Amino acid sequence: MGTGLSSYTRGIRDGLPIAIGYFAVSFSLGILMRNSGLDPLQGLVMSLVNNTSAGEAAAVGIIADGGSYLEMAINQAVINIRYFLMSAALCVHLDPGLSLGRRMLVGFDVTDEIFATLIGQKQPVSEYFAYGLASITIPGWAAGTVLGIVFGDILPADIVSALSVALYAMFIAVVIPPARKDGRILAIVLVSMLGSWLFTLEPIASYISEGVKIIILTLVISALAAVIWPLKEDEE
Amino acid sequence: MKNVYIHILVMAVVTYLVRVIPLIFFHGGIRSAFFRSFLHYVPYVTLSVMTFPAIITASGSYVCGVIGFAVAVIVSLVKGSLPLVAACCCLTVYISSLFI
Repeated sequence: MGTGLSSYTRGIRDGLPIAIGYFAVSFSLGILMRNSGLDPLQGLVMSLVNNTSAGEAAAVGIIADGGSYLEMAINQAVINIRYFLMSAALCVHLDPGLSLGRRMLVGFDVTDEIFATLIGQKQPVSEYFAYGLASITIPGWAAGTVLGIVFGDILPADIVSALSVALYAMFIAVVIPPARKDGRILAIVLVSMLGSWLFTLEPIASYISEGVKIIILTLVISALAAVIWPLKEDEE
Repeated sequence: MKNVYIHILVMAVVTYLVRVIPLIFFHGGIRSAFFRSFLHYVPYVTLSVMTFPAIITASGSYVCGVIGFAVAVIVSLVKGSLPLVAACCCLTVYISSLFI
C-alpha cells in the first residue's frame, strides 16, 4: 500500500492546479445557475455528482425551461459523449488486471483535464493517482459552483450581468485556438454558431428548446464533419 | 418547475454511464474510424452551439454582449488562458454597460 499512498499524494499534488482552474470555471457556472434560480445546495449536489462544465451549463438551461427528464437524459448523453472516447482510450493506459469495481470507480471522474493528466503518466497508470486527482479536483469544482451561486446573490446586479458571460468566454477560449490552427475546426465552429443562431429565430424557437437544439446540431454537424473529414490514424 | 433533484439524478446516471461503459466493456479502444472522428468533433460543435448566441444575450444588453464576444475571440486568438479570456470579456461587458 506504500506505493498506493505515494501515488495518491502525487495525484493530489498534480491535481491542485487543475482544481484552481476548475474553481474559476465552476464559479462562472454558479453565476448562471443562480440566474436560473438554482439554490446553493442544488448547485453543490449537481457539481459533486457530474463534474462537467458544458453538461451542467446545458442542464441548467433545461431545468429553467421546464424541460422533460427524457430531454435531459438525451441532452447529457450527447454533450458528454466525448467522455466515452476518453474512457475508451483510458482503458489501454490502466493496469489490465484492474478489477471491474476499481474500473468503475476510476470512471466516475473522467473529465477533459483529468483524462489529459492520466494519459500523460507512465503506463500502467496507478488507480490511486486517479483517486488523488479526483480527491482535490471534485471539491474545487463543487466549491466554485456554490460560491458562484452565493456571490451571484450578494454582488450588485450590474456586476452579476457582466459575470454572466464568463463561462461562455471560457468556451470560446477552448474552441478558438484549435480553430486558428485547423481549418476544419474553424469551419465546424462557424457552422455550429450559425446553426445555433438560426434555431433562435421564430418560428423554430417556439418548437425547439435549447436542450433539443444542442442534441440536433451536435449529432448532425459532428456526423457530417466525420464523413467529410475522417481522422487519420495518428490524429486525435 | 419539475423536481430539480430528479433532473440532477438523471444527469448523474447518464453522464456516469457514458464515462464507465467503455471502461467496463472496451479493452482495446474504439476501432471505428467514423465513430472516432465523430467523437473528436463533438466538443467543438457543442461548445460553439452553447456559446453563440447565448453570450450575446447573457448580460441583458445586446450591444455589450457583441462587444464582449468580440473581445473574447480576439483575446483567444492573441493567446489567452481561460481565466484571462473570461476576465477580459467580463470587464469589457461591465465597462461598456456603464456607457450604454
